[in-house]
Amino acid sequence: MKPETEAELAEMVAGLQHPVRIVGGGTRGVPGPEAEINTSGLNGITLYEPGALTLVAQAGTPVAEIEAALDAEGQQLAFEPMDHRGLLGTKAEPTIGGVVAANISGPRRIQSGACRDFLLGVRYVDGTGQVVKNGGRVMKNVTGYDLVKLMAGSWGTLGVLTEVSLKVLPKPETVATLAVQVADIDSAVQAMSVGLNSPFQVSGAAYDPQDGNAYLRVEGFQDSVSYRLKQLTPLLAKIGQVSEVADPIATWRAIRDVQAFHSHGGDVWRISVKPTDAPEISERLSADQTLFDWGGGLIWARVPQGTDLRARLGRFDGHATLVRATEETVKAFGRFQPEPMALQALTRGIRQRFDPRGVFNPGLMG
Amino acid sequence: MDMPTPNPDILNRKALVLRRLQQVLPEDAVIHDPAETRAYECDALTAYRCPPMLAVLPSTTQQVSDVLRICHEEGVPVVPRGSGTSLAGGALPTADCVILGVARMNDVLETDYDNRFIRVQTGRTNLSVTGAVEEEDFFYAPDPSSQLACAIAGNIAMNSGGAHCLKYGVTTNNLLGVKMVLMDGSVIEIGGAHLDAGGLDLLGLICGSEGQLGVVTEATLRILRKPEGARPVLMGFDDNEVAGQCVSDIIKSGILPVAIEFMDTLCIKACENFAHAGYPDCTALLIVEVEGSEAEIDDQLAKIIEIAKRHNPVELRESQSAEESAKIWLGRKSAFGAMGQMNDYMCLDGTIPVSSLPEVLRRIGELSKEYGLPVGNVFHAGDGNMHPLILFDANKPGDLEKCEAFGAEILKLCVDVGGCLTGEHGVGIEKRDLMSHQYALVDLEAQMAVKDVFDPDWLLNPAKVFPLDASEARRTARLAAE
Repeated sequence: MKPETEAELAEMVAGLQHPVRIVGGGTRGVPGPEAEINTSGLNGITLYEPGALTLVAQAGTPVAEIEAALDAEGQQLAFEPMDHRGLLGTKAEPTIGGVVAANISGPRRIQSGACRDFLLGVRYVDGTGQVVKNGGRVMKNVTGYDLVKLMAGSWGTLGVLTEVSLKVLPKPETVATLAVQVADIDSAVQAMSVGLNSPFQVSGAAYDPQDGNAYLRVEGFQDSVSYRLKQLTPLLAKIGQVSEVADPIATWRAIRDVQAFHSHGGDVWRISVKPTDAPEISERLSADQTLFDWGGGLIWARVPQGTDLRARLGRFDGHATLVRATEETVKAFGRFQPEPMALQALTRGIRQRFDPRGVFNPGLMG
Repeated sequence: MDMPTPNPDILNRKALVLRRLQQVLPEDAVIHDPAETRAYECDALTAYRCPPMLAVLPSTTQQVSDVLRICHEEGVPVVPRGSGTSLAGGALPTADCVILGVARMNDVLETDYDNRFIRVQTGRTNLSVTGAVEEEDFFYAPDPSSQLACAIAGNIAMNSGGAHCLKYGVTTNNLLGVKMVLMDGSVIEIGGAHLDAGGLDLLGLICGSEGQLGVVTEATLRILRKPEGARPVLMGFDDNEVAGQCVSDIIKSGILPVAIEFMDTLCIKACENFAHAGYPDCTALLIVEVEGSEAEIDDQLAKIIEIAKRHNPVELRESQSAEESAKIWLGRKSAFGAMGQMNDYMCLDGTIPVSSLPEVLRRIGELSKEYGLPVGNVFHAGDGNMHPLILFDANKPGDLEKCEAFGAEILKLCVDVGGCLTGEHGVGIEKRDLMSHQYALVDLEAQMAVKDVFDPDWLLNPAKVFPLDASEARRTARLAAE
């Protein structure tokens, strides 16, 4: 089913006789029932005010279309959403609704915030076919409960997004990146921490064990970037040899999309921890390959197919999401980290009220 | 402003409820003498007052849990209270409620610079969170004007903002985790020092829920390294529209100031008399602040001043010293107090799309003449969050009602141009009955359904946020069942 309007979608949902999978571009590997509702027919930017840093778009609008419109005005989606196609081998066009539904954020999350932090408003169709709105298109809004945050990252389990409004930010004039040669993950976390704890506005802090480099990104006006690079270099040189990366845009796209894993098989997990836990956690993982972002707080791990990584991890402060695996593996371990009983009860209660018939993405989140 | 009729059955059981609470709390933590409960009769929305049946001041999460469990069993409504600085009546009691104040819970539990967070008990004041990390040159970003007094508990309940959130975001963008107690006494933890939720973003839901979903007793907050320096520039214009255009042009230029504040003539004069900040005499004043090293500040301000010059400012002045900057901000942050010295005032908090600024200011001016009540405007221009201050005389019969009607018209106007009723103060009782102007019943139902999950009996701060008629069936369901 591929509705062309919100009203058509609402009617379809109201008439559903069986569960469906909610799909935008279908690039993020969400499993589910055969039957699907595809939102890519809800397409188009409805409002863009560069002077107010606001953009409103229908959920099925391709991310590429939005990024092009922003680029023309020297602006961008500051949360730097990842493109999953390379990692998952999916095709088609990622949509903004998919980005929001999955709360997809990239390396700049550590400084600017996640997708959910830039989401100002939503319209969605709930499980009974009613159109609901929350938030709006202004940057500060505490009118009633913040269902906007709730919808971000709810993976289509609470409603089908029809329209999202986003805060956008100026695109930096200059991007530069320092690479620090480090001996191990401990020194890497230390180097990233030096950058993030400095007043020099580091907007990306990642570590690739394969090349042994910790990467620190600085963005802004040219003179300011040069100044901050100059200030950061001696601080980092105490930890390892520092050099400047030739193509910082490509470096961060590779980190954002976990390109290092693209040509290798196996399951891929995404683990969120506090940065200083990264060394100990990564030891427990004993993964085939890892990549660290968010100052060490985000760990990408590649392991042999069917590995129960959560069993290896045991109890820890954070969460592990299974991003790439066979359907059986996802079924066996669950895509998302099981929550404590009390939170599960709340999640179930909310889901039951938003989608009382259980027709949206059954089995996906708890 | 209507509040539900107190439940006589609860009032009759006051002695029993008191006895049960005294069993789980120290003697001095339970306030029952009507002379003393009066201290809790209102928050900063002082036009409305009602002493609670009882007030409790627990010192631990366990005590909070005991209090909520007992009130749940007894069917007694609970109104949580931070420091009582809400401008929206968020902590306004009802005669049959227990006020649960978290003021005694103000410890720092953990400070972690390597991971850039602090964990505090939520009775701690906003400014003292920064105070706890300042020595290491860190700060907690959200900075409501009441930051000297307001508690983190209230900041989380209202999702408070401040002048500097154009760059750093509001409370929800700086909150990493909470420990909170649900109405049935169960204690839950959401989030932590790591980023983002593994499942549904319940943390995002809690923040801004106005004390209706649970009582947050501990919070993990993101702390940031202080910038090397900051400097404001003052820009005076003889036309609101031109000032509005200048704001838009600055934002479009690619510079992201940490703050862009706007004041009109009435506010400029009041604040100048109060703080002697050297504000120019003009129609519209902008305070634009940027951060960085000296050279970076010079560079950004040069770009901003170049933009401002294109709009023929009547005054353009960079702060020359840290002392002058402090005065400039003191003036701005004292705006409510300074206006309060002129008369009683009602402070509004609507947000509008920045592009509607001139139109909305013009319309507020017209309404001011119609109602015969003066209005001062002071607001966060970068994000469109307005604070019209309507002056009135509380001792003059009919003036408060007139002021409220005027305020309601302004807020409806904010919604009609594409904005919202409240940007950072919350709905409370103040904007409760205007909610149906912004949201259809189906939108409100979706929000109330969330409260049904967290607090099925609707005992936590029940008469707030939602129009009374919309929430009535839920609020009275338990009573009807008995």
